[in-house]
Amino acid sequence: MQTHQFDVVVVGAGGAGLMAALYASQNGANVAVVSKLYPTRSHTGTAQGGIGAALGNLEEDRWEWHAFDTVKGGDYLADQDAVKVLAEQAVSAIIELELMGLPFDRNPDGTISQRRFGGHTNNITKKPVRRACHAADRTGHMILQTLYQQCIKNQIRFFDEYHAMDQLLSDDGRSAGVVAVEIGSGELHVFHSKAVIWATGGWGRLWSVTSNAHSLTGDAPAILLRRGLPMEDMEFFQFHPTGLYGLGVLITEGVRGEGGILLNGKSERFMERYAPSIKDLASRDVISRAIYLEIQAGRGIGGRPYVHLDVTPKTVNRYLAEAGESRRIDGNYVIQKLPDILDFCRVYAGVDPVEDPIPVAPTAHYGMGGIPTNIDAEVLAKPDGTIVPGLYAAGEVGCVSVHGANRLGTNSLTDLIVFGRIAGRKAAEYAKSAGMPALPPDPAGKVSAELARLRSGKGSSRPGPIRAKMQQAMMDHVGVFRTEAGISETIQIIRGLKEQFNTDLVIDDRGQQFNTDLLEAWELGAMLDLAEVTAASALARTESRGAHSREDYPKRDDQNWLVHSFVWQDGDTIRLDHSRKVDLSLGHEPMERVY
Amino acid sequence: MKAIFRIRRYNPEKDKKPYWQEFTLEDVLPTDRVVELLHRIKWEQDGTLTFRRSCAHGVCGSDAMRINGVNLLACKVLVRTFARDDAEEVKIQVEPILGLPVLKDLIVDMEPFFSHYRAILPYLITSEPPPADGRERRQSPQERAIFDDTTKCILCACCTTSCPSFWANDSYVGPAAIVQAHRFIFDSRDQAADQRLNVLGAPDGAWRCRTIFNCTPACPREIKVTQAIGEVKLAIVRGVEHVRQQKIADLKETPAPEE
Ligand SMILES: Cc1cc2nc3c(=O)[nH]c(=O)nc-3n(C[C@H](O)[C@H](O)[C@H](O)COP(=O)(O)OP(=O)(O)OC[C@H]3O[C@@H](n4cnc5c(N)ncnc54)[C@H](O)[C@@H]3O)c2cc1C
Ligand code: FES
Repeated sequence: MQTHQFDVVVVGAGGAGLMAALYASQNGANVAVVSKLYPTRSHTGTAQGGIGAALGNLEEDRWEWHAFDTVKGGDYLADQDAVKVLAEQAVSAIIELELMGLPFDRNPDGTISQRRFGGHTNNITKKPVRRACHAADRTGHMILQTLYQQCIKNQIRFFDEYHAMDQLLSDDGRSAGVVAVEIGSGELHVFHSKAVIWATGGWGRLWSVTSNAHSLTGDAPAILLRRGLPMEDMEFFQFHPTGLYGLGVLITEGVRGEGGILLNGKSERFMERYAPSIKDLASRDVISRAIYLEIQAGRGIGGRPYVHLDVTPKTVNRYLAEAGESRRIDGNYVIQKLPDILDFCRVYAGVDPVEDPIPVAPTAHYGMGGIPTNIDAEVLAKPDGTIVPGLYAAGEVGCVSVHGANRLGTNSLTDLIVFGRIAGRKAAEYAKSAGMPALPPDPAGKVSAELARLRSGKGSSRPGPIRAKMQQAMMDHVGVFRTEAGISETIQIIRGLKEQFNTDLVIDDRGQQFNTDLLEAWELGAMLDLAEVTAASALARTESRGAHSREDYPKRDDQNWLVHSFVWQDGDTIRLDHSRKVDLSLGHEPMERVY
Repeated sequence: MKAIFRIRRYNPEKDKKPYWQEFTLEDVLPTDRVVELLHRIKWEQDGTLTFRRSCAHGVCGSDAMRINGVNLLACKVLVRTFARDDAEEVKIQVEPILGLPVLKDLIVDMEPFFSHYRAILPYLITSEPPPADGRERRQSPQERAIFDDTTKCILCACCTTSCPSFWANDSYVGPAAIVQAHRFIFDSRDQAADQRLNVLGAPDGAWRCRTIFNCTPACPREIKVTQAIGEVKLAIVRGVEHVRQQKIADLKETPAPEE
């Protein structure tokens, strides 16, 4: 075992982690970044369509509109103090990325190019507004590369391929560091630090069809739950409407932003019925449900469980003409604006989107909930706002909550930059004033015992089938539509799988070096914990809001449910609390949500 | 169909040297990705099989491997590449990419690769103050377009480890580092082209490239790698400005897309 000391340890090297590391370092802290992947492999690199900010480069736009759209998109569950920070600071965040060298697409006048995206509107005309700043359809790739480049320039210390598995807390309840396994050697490392920033991204691998990487297994939420800390709003998990059918690979909303249209098996533009004013650019929860309903009604393509996303110039131009717009596109335009999408469709589906429609269906995409924080990115220990000193979270793993019950496209990347900055700055400030916390005795003991148990399992159940059953159950019952019966059944299934995992597991690889068999088994344990708290949170919320759609409670219930869910894992029981009220400080009172 | 895998194995804790092992999978579809089949082997037959992967759709750069003799991302190649859809059997051979030390099975040590990357100063360098109006720097669509291709690089190492010059001499910076340098050299906002061209003009720089062309088809992002290297070489000889002007002139010949 090795021990290291730093002021600030950042876990995760995606957009949020790298931004936090840069800011902590610029604010005088001695920083280490611990990541189970090489930084450039992080899932931020797969983000396609854009990063939202009211730059107003092509038409009038205001951060206040961005804020309102975010609140409405989140079905009024977002905390409006946090949304204000997001929308207001988004503009300087984009400018900062540009100054760091990010190669945004450009307008003829040399300013950053912007496109339309779901739910982003001009609040006066109610028409879609061009707010999504982009670098073709690889915006996340360019953000990740640019931030990593800046980290190299600023000589940030990286521990690449180190898998964090535990949070250390001192006797007085402060964060004292993390424990990680060096993947290459199997050795345990204790990172003893004044502050820890968790930035480990999402957990889409809980579901069988997802746009998320294999590595997105929700490690940090599970680690903190096991240390007695709560998660917030776990029932809100977004299904993106357009995953490539069968695979779940994301087809960005930017396709619709550029004019693409959703069509059912009868070649109807069905979104006209569900969202008469902004149609195919309604928010994601609305469209995912519409697609499910079309499929249920037998109007999938050829009766099968998918619909078409059509961005062929012929179709796009037809609808542009119908809408009275003068703009027209050609095949070349599609090729230039959406090169990666074309590539995915050709490679994985054998479809050329310039010529033919793309087969799509909803795919598990984004966790709105996660580690509860306040607007300073400090992690909450309780719903009353009590914090854990020295502990921070940012990015998809955090829940501030800016996304409420449903995230708008382009707002995650903005969130990473805005709250990554804040987390880095605040952690560095804290580290200046705080002393080094005492390490608990035998700091690596818990991880060491967990791994020894997994490594020596003598049962007969391999991790693979357990994982597959969990993913299928979550997809079937804790997906786009939910019912009490379905969720309860899933909880039973998950408990059974947990039992199997705890008592009957066996893995093949008993070695130390690059033991990915062992690491995957550990990740499965984390996912089972998260699946259970997700399902329990979903069962408790007896209303429909944003991404949480209960067939047995189809209405939003602001009387009882304008509150956040907090969930704890107390041994084998799940405890819930709904006392934390939504912040309404921007004055946006809940209204009926129509698009 | 049936898939017969022949995989290069090596466990440093057990094996003196690497060896080949065969695995058979039933019910394989022409549309299956190789990485999913490697998962099936790992999850159903032998959990010790070790490889890197993450995104599973060709954008994170984790799973560069030598598959049936060519460098590919295992997640971006389908069975159909190696057999007709109605074939009864497909043979797939998988080994680590060449030229980097093998650590375990298909995992290689990436550090030498990333150290070449860092050598070319892969970050924007400028002493120009930010615009006084607090907004973004301006860059014309043409200035942006001339380095678009090389911004796509995901650092997977498919190109560098397909290059015979790199195999022969691993102190050669390799195609990926040159591609990354190109991305900055031709960015109108950057001012350190000379420093990078100094690195690339040195003996282990761009001149080790013998224009063998292996790198271009190896790139899963379809970057015109050899062309980028050529432009860097030309910039060393004739100056950056000369190449930049020529690239902008070339752009003007292709009509802009209609919007
Ligand atoms: C296909 C796709 C397209 C998207 N497109 C957009 C878009 O256009 N606009 C938008 O706003 N949002 C988009 N999103 C959402 C957005 O990209 C993500 O929410 C965001 O990138 C998450 O960033 P992050 O920094 O929080 O985490 P990630 O980028 O996921 O990084 C997580 C990091 O944590 C590390 N890590 C995880 N667990 C551990 C552990 N136990 N120990 C050590 N390290 C660990 C990983 O190595 C990684 O470095 C998209 C998402 C997907 C999946
Ligand atoms: S797994 Fe990401 S490129 Fe293959």
